[in-house]
Amino acid sequence: MKNEEKVIIAGFGGQGVMLMGQILSYAATEEDLNTVWIPSYGPETRGGTANCSVTISKAQINAPVVTAPDTLIAMNEPSLEKFQSKIKKGGLLISNKSLIKDATFRDDIKVIEIDASQTAIDLGNLKVANMVVLGAYLGATKVFEETAIHKVFEKIFTGEKAKLIDLNKQALNAGMAVVGK
Amino acid sequence: MAKVLMKGNEAMALAAIKGGCDAFFGYPITPQNEVPEYLSYHMEKNDRIFVQAESEVAAINMVYGAAGSGARVLTSSSSPGIALKQEGISYLAGSELPAVIINVMRGGPGLGGIQPSQGDYNQITRGGGNGDYQLLAYAPETLQETVNIVKRSFSLADYYRNPVIIAVDGLIGQMMEPVDLDQKIEEKKSPAKDWAATGEAAKRGKRNKIVSLHLDPYQLEKHNLKLKAKYDEMKENEQQYELINMDHDPSIVFVAYGSMARIARSAIEALKKEGIEVGMIRPICVHPFPEKAFETLPKSVTTLLTLEMSLGQMLQDVQIVNQGRYTLDFFGRAGGVVPESEEIVEKVKTIMKGAAK
Repeated sequence: MKNEEKVIIAGFGGQGVMLMGQILSYAATEEDLNTVWIPSYGPETRGGTANCSVTISKAQINAPVVTAPDTLIAMNEPSLEKFQSKIKKGGLLISNKSLIKDATFRDDIKVIEIDASQTAIDLGNLKVANMVVLGAYLGATKVFEETAIHKVFEKIFTGEKAKLIDLNKQALNAGMAVVGK
Repeated sequence: MAKVLMKGNEAMALAAIKGGCDAFFGYPITPQNEVPEYLSYHMEKNDRIFVQAESEVAAINMVYGAAGSGARVLTSSSSPGIALKQEGISYLAGSELPAVIINVMRGGPGLGGIQPSQGDYNQITRGGGNGDYQLLAYAPETLQETVNIVKRSFSLADYYRNPVIIAVDGLIGQMMEPVDLDQKIEEKKSPAKDWAATGEAAKRGKRNKIVSLHLDPYQLEKHNLKLKAKYDEMKENEQQYELINMDHDPSIVFVAYGSMARIARSAIEALKKEGIEVGMIRPICVHPFPEKAFETLPKSVTTLLTLEMSLGQMLQDVQIVNQGRYTLDFFGRAGGVVPESEEIVEKVKTIMKGAAK
């Protein structure tokens, strides 16, 4: 990966945006990179807005709060409205087409639209829409190899949840396929 | 041990277990809830004691009781909760009981808000309890530094027979960062707790009493002087700080701690790219205030710029230490607003423009 990657992931509470960010930070930790994950916290509820920011860096991370991300992952319209202007010039926006329709995108950033919900439903479980988007992010940025994320799945899905590993791998893969790996 | 990714609050909780914490008493409050949440499960698993008290006041008095029996005790809370515990903290100091208190600071005054703040500087360094007492107060910057300090704090509390308070802002409590919980730390060695009320009077041949009441003023003054001697020893031996970028002849030096110091580091890097060298004094122990740091600054320094996520509390300590030596300036955000490093860069440029006139 490049020297530093800053990403903001935002959506509704319940879409799994916190987990998406944590998975990136877990993968960074596994690869002995520096990383900071910061959640928005407040009186948040399911259906309310939620976001987290992740910094991954080869060097020591100073200011932990991400103000100008390299990448924004917007899972819904309010998130796009709130954060699109903050993306670095030439940065990347991954927009969840299932919930973000007729949006106006900046022309100085790269935009990838992905129908995450439909892709997840095709896989048999709407809940993995977040992993589809994470796959698209990995495919586009090459921040981590697919296998690094697989290792994280094996670490965090244990016991009863171990059966979810395959589905999540498939979702990741489907997302990567959208951006042509 | 390899580094593990943990949330600040959980990492502090685990560090407490590793630091030998025998008992935890607390009451929920955002943004520190993951501390008791984590301990509610893991203390029992490690054969230790966890009690969710009925209030902050109850919790700090449980701390008093358990510390009096010789246990290593922890409580944690956030700003308004720490305010409620102040009476108990004064009693702990008066009775010379060791205890560790974690404050995950949020905006105030009053109930304030729940976003990260450093508005409790005065509360942790001056205290809100009555009487002539002082605390050892730490304000770490990263999760790694935080867990190391939490682990070591129990031995410091035992050594000085005094409460130790560790204050982090909500950001440190809430964020995840890789930490090594088994980094070697130097424990402060202290003798066995022969003063503890352990119910073994018969064996010992005398009763140990834990009291903070001394009705004879001469006796109380003697007690006060004994405490003062301890505080003087802390001042001599426990000042802890980091000097940053001092070997490039900076004219402006930041004074910042905790998350604000991390943001200031980004400002230092950004200014360096523009050919402007700025240094930083980063207090790690905020009480006793690291006066020694101010004795070693390069001759190039003209201005100390104190940076806080409050409207100027540590600034007063800087004023006391400064004794008119340097020009003092201040930048702060409050209420739970976390500043961007660009704001600090702008402040530095404004100062430099003023100086050039």
